[in-house]
Order: sequence, then C-alpha cells, then structure tokens
Amino acid sequence: MSYDEGVMAQMRDIIGRYPNSRSAVMPLLHLAQSIDDEVTPEGMRVIADELGLTTAEVTAVATFYTMYKRRPVGKHHIGVCTNTLCALLGGDAVYDAVSERLGAGHNEKDVDGTFWLERIECQAACTHAPVMTVDWEFMDCQTPRSAVDIIDRLARGEEVVSTRGPVIRDFQATEHTLAFPVDGLAGEGGEADSIMLAGLTVARELGMKAPTPGEGSA
Amino acid sequence: MTPLTPIITAHWDVPDYFTLEGYRRHGGYVALPKALGMDPDAIIGTVKDTGLRGRGGAGFPTGLKWSFVPQNDGKPHYLVVNADESEPGACKDVPIMIANPHALVEGVIISSYAIRANHAFIYIRGEVPQAIRRVATAVREAEQAGLVGDNILGSGFSLRITVHSGAGAYICGEETALLDSLEGYRGQPRLKPPFPATHGLYAVPTVVNNVETITNIPWIINNGVEWFRQFGTEKSPGFKVFSISGHVARPGIYEAPLGITMRELLDYAGGVVGGDGTVKFWIPGGSSVPMLTADHLDTPMTYEAMAEAGTMLGTGTPMVFNNTVSVVKAVTRWLEFYKHESCGKCTPCREGTYWITGVLERFEHGHGTDADMDLLVEVCGNIAGRSFCALGDAAATPYPGALKYFRDEFEAATRTPVDEAFPPAASYIFGEVAAR
Repeated sequence: MSYDEGVMAQMRDIIGRYPNSRSAVMPLLHLAQSIDDEVTPEGMRVIADELGLTTAEVTAVATFYTMYKRRPVGKHHIGVCTNTLCALLGGDAVYDAVSERLGAGHNEKDVDGTFWLERIECQAACTHAPVMTVDWEFMDCQTPRSAVDIIDRLARGEEVVSTRGPVIRDFQATEHTLAFPVDGLAGEGGEADSIMLAGLTVARELGMKAPTPGEGSA
Repeated sequence: MTPLTPIITAHWDVPDYFTLEGYRRHGGYVALPKALGMDPDAIIGTVKDTGLRGRGGAGFPTGLKWSFVPQNDGKPHYLVVNADESEPGACKDVPIMIANPHALVEGVIISSYAIRANHAFIYIRGEVPQAIRRVATAVREAEQAGLVGDNILGSGFSLRITVHSGAGAYICGEETALLDSLEGYRGQPRLKPPFPATHGLYAVPTVVNNVETITNIPWIINNGVEWFRQFGTEKSPGFKVFSISGHVARPGIYEAPLGITMRELLDYAGGVVGGDGTVKFWIPGGSSVPMLTADHLDTPMTYEAMAEAGTMLGTGTPMVFNNTVSVVKAVTRWLEFYKHESCGKCTPCREGTYWITGVLERFEHGHGTDADMDLLVEVCGNIAGRSFCALGDAAATPYPGALKYFRDEFEAATRTPVDEAFPPAASYIFGEVAAR
C-alpha cells in the first residue's frame, strides 16, 4: 500500500490531536507500521515531511521504541513474557515450546514469514501469568500446550479470540488501532474476567462491602 | 481482620460497566456536575485534605502536587495521565482501564478543571490495545454526551482529551521521560528541577498523575474527605487496588484499605500454592522496591510501615514466590529487564546495568565468586543516586535487597548452577492455570 490521499488525511487527523505537531510522531509511526508491516525509510520520510522534521529526527524516535520494527513482522506478532514472574511460573517453558514450534528465536520469524516471535517484558498482567500476546492482544494463563495450540490454529486460519479482547485480526490491524483507537471493538472482551474479579468475588462471599458516606467507620 | 472494600472495583462484574450507560447506571458522572459547581481551588483543597498519595509508586501527595501549579499565569496548563504501567509485578492500572474506563475519564475531567487545564492527555503503553480502545472509546462516548468538549454541562469549562499510544519503553513511566516522549522525542528523563508543575509538557505547568490516583477523584468528590480518611492510616489514607500475583491460589485484583497486611491479603487470595506452601520472598510494589520475607507478612501495607521495613509500598502490587524459586535467578532476570530498559542517557545506569547483569549471570551458572558478591554491592552503590531518574536507583535495588536475606543462596551459586539447585519446573503453575 502507498501513502495515498486517504492515508495523508488520516495523518493530518492524528496531527490535529496535539497542540504541537511533533507530538504526533509516535501515532504516525504506528500508522505507517499498519500500512507497511514495518517502519520503512519511505514511511519515515513521509512523516518527517508532514511534521517539518528531518528523517534523522524521525528515525531517532523509531529506533528508540521496541514496538517499531524495521523488518516486516509478518501476519502475527507473538509475544511471550519472560520477565521474572511469568518466566518463573512457566513463561520460560511457554517460550521454549513456541520457539520450537516456530523454529524461531527472539525477534526472529518462522520459515514462512507468518509469525514474529519476541520475548517481551512485563505486560502488566502478572495476575494472569504466564502471559502471551498475539498482535499485542492478551492471551492470558498459558501452558506450553495451549500456546502451541494457539499458533497451530492461527496457522490454519482458524478463529482465535483474545482472553480479554476481540477476535485476533493481524499485526497491522492492531497497529492501526494504536493510531486510531476508537476501532469499534471496545465492546469485545466483555466485563472483567474471574481473575480481575477475584477480590470482589471473595468480598461478596464474605458479605464485605465498603461503607457508604454516613455509615461510620470501616 | 481488615475487610475487603470494593469501591473502584465494586461493579466490575456488570456486563456493560465499561460503557457510558453502564457506568451511569451505577453512580457514574454524578461527581462531575458537583465538581463543576465548586471553585477549582476548593477541589484542590479537598484532595489535599484527603491526603491521597500518588498510586504510581512514589506516593507523593496528590493535592500538594496540584497546588504547585501556578494559577492565573496566563499559560496553558496540561493534565497528563501516566498510564504506562510497565513495572514488573504491577497490573492494576491496565485492569482499571479495561473494566472502568469511564471512572478514569470522569476523574480526568474533574482534575483538569481543578488545575485549570483545557487539554488532558492519557499516555497508555502501546502493548495493551484493549486498554487503549476502551479508554479512547470512553472518551468518545463522553464527548458525544457533552461531558468532554466545549462548555461542559453549561459550566463554561472546556476540555479536550487526547489518548496517546506509547510504543514499548518502560522508561516512559518516569514522568519527565513520558513528557519528552509525548512531545515526540526519545523517552529520556529530564533533570529536575524545574519540575513539571512549572515546566512540564511544552514547558508549561503540567500535572502528571497515575491512572489509579485519578480514578480515586470521582469517589472523593462524591463522598468527601471524612469518608475517604476512614480508610487507611493517618499517613496513608484511603483504599488501594492491589494486584496479587505469583504462587497464590487465587491471583487477581483485591481492593482494600491501606494498612491491610500481606497475611490478610494472602488469606483472601487462598494462600500459597506449590512448593512447601510457604512464602519464601515477596515484593510489595514492583521489582523496583526491595524484597521482604515471611517475617514481614504482618507489616501493614502503608507507605510508612513499608519504609520502616526497609522497602516501599511502590505500586502496591505484591508478587509472591514460594520456596521452589531461586532468588539469584529472580534477581538476574529483573536486572536483564533494567539493562534492556535503561534509556542510555546516564552512564552509571547504562553501563552499570550491563555489568551487574553480566556478573549475576555468572552466579546463575554457578560461577560466581565471593569477590563478585562485593563487586556487585560496589557497582549498585555507584548507580544509586547517580542517574537522572529512578530507573537507575531501581536497578540498584534488587541485588542488595536479596543479599540482605539470602546471602547463602549467592554463596551456593559460587558452586552450583541455580537450575540444579532449583529445578525450574518445580515453580511452574500449569496445573493451576489449566484449572482456571
């Protein structure tokens, strides 16, 4: 795909969100990545022109943040958390199983170029360890077997649903969401899951409630 | 026994609570008109009187932070919500954004009104699209309902809210690095002073607050100072959204007054699973604060009691590890994280995290030496307090904290690889996960 008039209009829409146009560089890089499956020299040049920056200034930003890739990611980005808590609770074994299934290591792709594997840092989901992500959507509470099963289903083109989010689309679709987050999918994933409700559930079982004003001491 | 007090989390099981309609059905946007009828300074005064302290880790008094913003200075002001939750162990802001995005938005509107900001930004880490789409959609719904935009509810107050997606950088949780990032630069911290309250986003007065902090605001406006202060202690008033993770039977979100103990929280969470069923070590608030042991389970979860115990409440997101876990391995993995996330601006942090990790990996393989143990203490001492931001201090924290209680394990790792002494599979929780 190219940077046609429709894309340029989207870029101007993003720039309009900020008092200072330079602030738009990060969402614009997400948009570029949604078009090219990576951040390309052309994408960075278009962004630089639009913001009145040099390509070096845009490249400096693109190379700082780990979510911007400078090789095509492929259809799906697979993240496995191997930070301490997930790793120790089984994330290392999940990573090894997925790595073996894909024949790829950290920041490498499978032989078809469909999947990009990455050891990711803490995903703010430690309560749901071991955590995996597909195109950055949560795939919580994994085992080596369940993780490989997800890869198999994606490889066969079957529907896979995030544990706390929508049906998995692809990497570029998620990147577009990061640029335009009102994507019509906020209703997917439903209410809090049982882990997010753990405390509320116990409180209900034990008849515990927070006092309302005027009820006196807790 | 300290009771659980679901407040922010009280309606998370309502199927459409994340929508405007669902939130409104359960008391949402009642605080907003009330706040818009108050003098902005009165709101700042109220928040000051509650003693609410920042829930992002540092625990700075929120009202005091707001009061540092110079008023009537003719400059634009900004509110920036730090939604870059990336601290290892912390997972409470992302659940709040997924389950309760409108409470955050309502808090943003009220807080912006109080500090006289007409533009607010919510900087959400890029790796959590579900949180980003929920918050952005909540903002859109609020705009369509006239709760965000021009002349909100006829008050004369106008506000724009921009939801900003990050792109993978733990450092952007540091408030000045976040501001640089939001301005379109590499996310690197600034030297303070000047502080963001006077020279923040685009060098104008800016308040940077954590998601949970801002989400407290509607309840404070609705229920008042006295109600808020009945929870917690004199120095740590209020309630807290705790995320409990690790070797516990029921990990998850538990909301309780500050001052609850880890023993009580553990009890609610079903106790320790795996190993011999006991706590070996636990971390009260993210990997950046020193670890504690089973001897500290009765220490109240407050800013002051945790400081007295030699650690910090931090993000209030305890991680629990049973006796199958190698402390050496845990610390090594955290240092690999800090090495990866160091932005590279300050030499002590950039180089120090590299060398600490290298030496720790020697221990992991059973090749550490006694001299290495002292060397690491020295290197940590040369990082702490010698970098612009707290990432350096955080990187210098896990090793000395672990050495204090588990010196014998580092000694053992001068002879035996940790995976031999602590077979990794013994720590796995796949049985529990499969049952969930």
